[in-house]
Amino acid sequence: MEGKRLVYMDHAATTYVKPEVLDAMMPYFTENFGNPSSIYTFSRKSKSAIEEAREKVAKAIGAKADEIYFTGGGSEADNWALKGIAFANKDKGNHIITTKIEHHAILHACEFLEKNGFEITYLNVDENGMISLDELERAITDKTILISIMFANNEIGTIEPIKEIGEIAKKRNIYFHTDAVQAVGNVKIDVKDMNIDLLSLAAHKFYGPKGVGALYIKKGVKIENLIHGGGQERKRRAGTENIPGIVGLGKAIELATSDIDSHNERIIKMRDRLLEGIMEKIPHTKLNGHPEKRLPGNINVSFRFIEGESLLLLLDQSGICASTGSACSSGSLDPSHVLLAIGLPHEIAHGSLRLSLGDATKEEDIDYVLEVLPKIVQRLRDMSPLYETFKHKGETINV
Amino acid sequence: MYSDKVMDHFTNPRNVGEIENADGVGEVGNPTCGDIMKIYLKVDNNIIKDVKFKTFGCGAAIASSSMATELIKGKTIEEAWNLTNKAVAEALDGLPPVKMHCSVLAEEAIHKAINDYRTKNGLEPFADKEYVHDHHHE
Ligand SMILES: Cc1ncc(COP(=O)(O)O)c(C=O)c1O
Repeated sequence: MEGKRLVYMDHAATTYVKPEVLDAMMPYFTENFGNPSSIYTFSRKSKSAIEEAREKVAKAIGAKADEIYFTGGGSEADNWALKGIAFANKDKGNHIITTKIEHHAILHACEFLEKNGFEITYLNVDENGMISLDELERAITDKTILISIMFANNEIGTIEPIKEIGEIAKKRNIYFHTDAVQAVGNVKIDVKDMNIDLLSLAAHKFYGPKGVGALYIKKGVKIENLIHGGGQERKRRAGTENIPGIVGLGKAIELATSDIDSHNERIIKMRDRLLEGIMEKIPHTKLNGHPEKRLPGNINVSFRFIEGESLLLLLDQSGICASTGSACSSGSLDPSHVLLAIGLPHEIAHGSLRLSLGDATKEEDIDYVLEVLPKIVQRLRDMSPLYETFKHKGETINV
Repeated sequence: MYSDKVMDHFTNPRNVGEIENADGVGEVGNPTCGDIMKIYLKVDNNIIKDVKFKTFGCGAAIASSSMATELIKGKTIEEAWNLTNKAVAEALDGLPPVKMHCSVLAEEAIHKAINDYRTKNGLEPFADKEYVHDHHHE
């Protein structure tokens, strides 16, 4: 261990809770703990706190408050959107269009739907992770009931052409869901302007608590419930509300969307300095994801000749928290489906590193990573038979 | 997730490198799977005088190579041949189940290097074993 320095470069995995957010939540653990469904005056505070949070979420994405439904996080919102639309509209059709680079919350829900008689088209993406609008249009059939395409990708940071997709969906009269879990707070979102019918978000990606999220459901959209039980959330999502979480979500989304431009400017500046430094100091490195249309805090690179898990372990020993798309780190044996979808050969996907910056990232952190990372990559390359072969052969490389 | 022994051998791997004019070389694995191991042997009088490795792979792959090379150094060719992947994993105080194939890879790389040595020296190669990698792509 090199001292006790901690450089957190994994904000895309989750963020810390901002002090203002925690302060807003605290009273709802201790003093105002009433069940909002109860009749007495005491519980009204809980009820109005939920409604206030709902207003904040609605405002952040250009929706109306009664179109926001709180959930137990991003995965639940995704599952609800897909299964809820599928089962409520199966008389109209059984076809759903999504992409190959969705989060598993979408992909595994799709697999479940496939087992239940639905047909799913998984759109390809180009080498930057972008879907093709033409391919989308061609995929639509008279059985298509839903298009679900993520706003921004969690691994490579690519931002999809959401407004254009919304136009196509509207024109063809098909519901459009977007998983905006990574986008909220990083990209301006207006569900009306973008013709979005359903949108998933999760508080823990924008400095709110874990285990709470929301699904925006446009008024009039036909959708089944996912969680059956009590009459909470206007009878659409059962379960006693996670009031502190919901309050935290409200506060966090208010903070995250109040000043996106200056937030992004700061993060992008640091991100670009880090990326340029990496590309300059470490040869045989490839940037994954779109060069411009990407999340402000996201860097995803592949270092040739090395494997990602060993890279993460060594970074961890230097106090740097990051992630990789290498199979070896996840317990599965194939590398990330996203990296394969953008056409990376397996061995290059294995050598991927994601660094995601956030509000707590400081200039010194960038300096530190730029000092430590090149040495670690070199150390692993010196151990790598692939690098040895490459050096001996002096083969030309195109990465 | 990893034992202290694995972390030790991963962080300070023993016997990393190449041997020029090695008496036997064995390379196994493939980059698609995310691990490749290459083992170099220097043999004198049927004794493994020196051994070096290069590995592309995860922490467990690097630690397995390091431990396996330690375990065969100074041993006879026959003793080295009889080193099992289980012995490598045990010497590392265990590997997570999904990482057991890394120890198999180490055993296989040693076998390949030994048979390379034997072939080069006009000796009958030992009979290959079945290597269970438990390493299937979905
Ligand atoms: C794009 C995307 N969708 C869905 C999720 C799942 O959200 P949660 O972990 O809140 O269930 C995540 C986060 O891991 C994500 O990045």
